Amino acid sequence: MSQPLLSVTGLGKRFGGLQAVKDLTFEVGEGEIVALIGPNGAGKTTAFALISGFLTPDGGRVTFVGRDLRGLAPHEVNALGLARTFQIMRPFPRLTVVRNVMIATLGRHPGVAEAERRARAVLDELGLGAKADLPAGGLTLAERKRLELARALGTEPRLLLLDEVMSGLNDAETERIVDLVRAINARGVAILLIEHVMRAVMSLAQRIVVLNYGERIAEGRPDAVANDPRVIEAYLGDEETAAAPA
Amino acid sequence: MKVAAAGVAVAVLLALPAVLNAYALTVFVLIFFYAYLGQAWNIVGGYTGQLSVGHAAFVGVGGYTAAMLAASDWAITPWAGMFVGGALAAVLGGIIGYLGFRFGLRGFYFVLLTVAFAEVCRIVVSNVDALGGALGLYITFTGNPRQFQFQDQRAYYYVALALMLLATGVAALLERRRFGIYLTAIREDEAACEALGVPTFRYKMLAMLVSSFLTGLGGTFYAFYLFSLQPNTVFGIPLSVEIIIRPIIGGAGTLLGPILGSLILTPLGEVSRAYFGQSGLHGAHLVVYGVLLIAVVLFLPQGAYPALRQLFTRKRA
Repeated sequence: MSQPLLSVTGLGKRFGGLQAVKDLTFEVGEGEIVALIGPNGAGKTTAFALISGFLTPDGGRVTFVGRDLRGLAPHEVNALGLARTFQIMRPFPRLTVVRNVMIATLGRHPGVAEAERRARAVLDELGLGAKADLPAGGLTLAERKRLELARALGTEPRLLLLDEVMSGLNDAETERIVDLVRAINARGVAILLIEHVMRAVMSLAQRIVVLNYGERIAEGRPDAVANDPRVIEAYLGDEETAAAPA
Repeated sequence: MKVAAAGVAVAVLLALPAVLNAYALTVFVLIFFYAYLGQAWNIVGGYTGQLSVGHAAFVGVGGYTAAMLAASDWAITPWAGMFVGGALAAVLGGIIGYLGFRFGLRGFYFVLLTVAFAEVCRIVVSNVDALGGALGLYITFTGNPRQFQFQDQRAYYYVALALMLLATGVAALLERRRFGIYLTAIREDEAACEALGVPTFRYKMLAMLVSSFLTGLGGTFYAFYLFSLQPNTVFGIPLSVEIIIRPIIGGAGTLLGPILGSLILTPLGEVSRAYFGQSGLHGAHLVVYGVLLIAVVLFLPQGAYPALRQLFTRKRA
């Protein structure tokens, strides 16, 4: 097999007495969809922050497109083609929706007119075209989720890290995001997603990595992982952490 | 439409000295000059949201540099000295920006950093005899345009107007380019910017450099308009407050905010200063500023210009 797009090896991060991520190893191949799941507090979002350069790991290594990401600032990681969304969405509320996406497209297209053209194209694709000239602060939750996606997409990534882009959405809205993610992937963008919406995970992911207490406890195809006793125990066995997958 | 309105406004301002008396002319010079300083501050303080309350230091560095160079054996004309002064102000801005941005000082901490640097400058200059010490520098009036001095007050009017238009032009240009668009996003959320590939440190530094350079240029005007530089005034917190209060009241991070703020505040400050000064209440104009600032924060938190624009668009709709 050729070199994977993203490879995470022995990644660790401790916050005081809490080992948030411990010896985490996994890979994402070119064009693949991989899901990172686990109960609340399992270290998924911390893993994202470590991969995207927002946190510095205590140990281990992240390699993307063959480059060691150690010491790179988040914007440098992004420039290599790795974009992330935030679980707690962070639109620029006072900027218009199209300006929000232009912040992303301007990186690869310094000319404002071209950046705006591309931003509008992304917004049309995500069904936000009609909202383009409104302030982002006025969007609904579902729209803000899609804006978050639009902005990440605007940086023209090869790998997209999606942190709970479906949480809090109704079934129709979730379905819409699932379709969008699939369409984005069909263009060759690899996707690593954190998600609690199991139905979406099962239908999208080609491979699932399960975290519990910062450690990888299982990895494999969706059906295999769903029947893995360790996974069932992590989710259901211990009543203290029984965060029911919705 | 916009261009036409701007053209008319500039034409009116160009013609205005013909009908103004000497006092009104002085007030307009100050309106333009503070609008200029407000525009310069607005680049880093308004658009980028990095609240510098030490911008007086750049006025001081710029003014002292040009005045010292003019008085030196080389007798360098302030027209050239002002750029040296701007460059030195930018060096100081670069140091402040580097410390603040590299070490992640935000909000109050950045405010304190900028105030601290201005205060250090004030104290250092007060204690260096070569720079005039606490008494400061006095510039002898020659009326020689080469020395940035004019017999005719109208010349100061046009120079101040040119400065204001220059800074407004720079801000307008930035607004339309990637640079300015990035700055407005940095103000809103730096982490989100980084995630989208924006090198936030570099852009904050650039904003600081441009802002401090322009403010430093203004120092030369200050020195050669007032013919004196005193460390307590040019490096003092009151001047910094004068610089930032206009764009904040007019609308921080908007193109016309600093100009509108100066149009409101400068005459108000002058009139109340004269009025209260006559009745022996020196400094009472600061109370007027304070009341106005509270009113703006309470009722127009975005500033006067965005509120006005909203009013007009609503009427039209």
